[in-house]
Amino acid sequence: MTDIANTLTIDGRTISFEPGQTIMQAALAAGVFMPHLCYNPEFKPHGSCKLCTVTVNGRPQSACTIAAMPGQEIQSDTPELNGRRRVLLQMLFVEGHHFCPGCEKSGNCQLQALGYEMEMLSPHFSHFFPDRGVDATHPDVMIDFGRCIMCELCVQASRDVDGKNVFALAGRGLASHVVVNSPSGKLGDSALEVTDKAVEVCPVGAILRKRVGFAVPIGERIYDHDPISVKALEPDEA
Amino acid sequence: MSKAATLEKPAADKAKKPKLRIATTSLSGCFGCHTSFLDIDERILQLVEIAEFDRSPITDIKHCGPCDIGIIEGGVCNAENVHVLREFRANCKTLIAIGACAINGGLPALRNHLDVTDCLTRVYCDRAGGKNHTVPNDPELPLLLEKVHPINEVVRIDYFVPGCPPSGDAIWKFLTDLITGRMPRLDHELLRFD
Repeated sequence: MTDIANTLTIDGRTISFEPGQTIMQAALAAGVFMPHLCYNPEFKPHGSCKLCTVTVNGRPQSACTIAAMPGQEIQSDTPELNGRRRVLLQMLFVEGHHFCPGCEKSGNCQLQALGYEMEMLSPHFSHFFPDRGVDATHPDVMIDFGRCIMCELCVQASRDVDGKNVFALAGRGLASHVVVNSPSGKLGDSALEVTDKAVEVCPVGAILRKRVGFAVPIGERIYDHDPISVKALEPDEA
Repeated sequence: MSKAATLEKPAADKAKKPKLRIATTSLSGCFGCHTSFLDIDERILQLVEIAEFDRSPITDIKHCGPCDIGIIEGGVCNAENVHVLREFRANCKTLIAIGACAINGGLPALRNHLDVTDCLTRVYCDRAGGKNHTVPNDPELPLLLEKVHPINEVVRIDYFVPGCPPSGDAIWKFLTDLITGRMPRLDHELLRFD
């Protein structure tokens, strides 16, 4: 009996993988970019943003949670899948408050960078213009809830890395929102510190360190010159 | 920009084609997109060889006639904006939303979670100093809408050019693609939301 080779194909390209890798891990290791927002290599994937949806042998699957298996035929960079990704991004943009010219994360923001990558020219849907408020009670960190995309990375980072459980998701459906674990519900009363992993892990401009917003000027930021499909494959980038 | 697309001059021996008509306007915008449009610099001379301006701050024509291309900057924040936008849609074969405000409401839309009356009262009545402590009520002033809307929530829009403002190069690339019959497309360096 011969061993089955640990290879699969992504958009027709054959790549090798290590047993135990997810499709996303195998793709990134092989230099194939798959759009993702809630996936961060340092954390356990949970497949909630659905941007990394690919078809595996014809079935839609989240690349970040599905194990790579020998012989899988995967489609990722296709007009149909990218069209669906664009719609997901448009829904994220209209649901929250994502006004790039007024956000100090602009240029470093993964949501924005994926908007560029997927050539999202308009939000298409009617804007919600939510009023979710800002919590600036912490001396060194602020959180703008309107920009939160509920990727749960801060929840994971605070629980698993910082050991503090500062953040959690509450509510259901459209009423889902991030809550802060403190007696007053305010960031200033929580155990959060500016050096915490939970502060740096935010892919958008929801959790921000104070007083460093424009230390790197617009025009010199991560995605200002190279698209996220290039940056995400560089060794030191998520 | 080195790889700039250029507009072909109409050959002299061909029958003279009528010029394209282009109208532009700013609704609730800051005119930054128009300023950026002027950043196409001397390329505007290529443009006017094949196009002429209808209603636009450049011509000061007050009402839009039948046009090939309409370019709208700014969102919809008052009753006049709605009338102007509908006039453009009725007259322009192709309507382009340009800049963040037209596409997502932009800065003016930051008032959307506030009460309009409350805003006006605070600005005009509650401020210390000044003599007229009333909200301006001249009949010539267009009434504010309760919410600021992106223009695609009011009329159908054919194309969107994001940016705050989009660069002159982005506007040029988009217009030249459109006019020469290519699919308008902005590559990474030209596609910006900020």
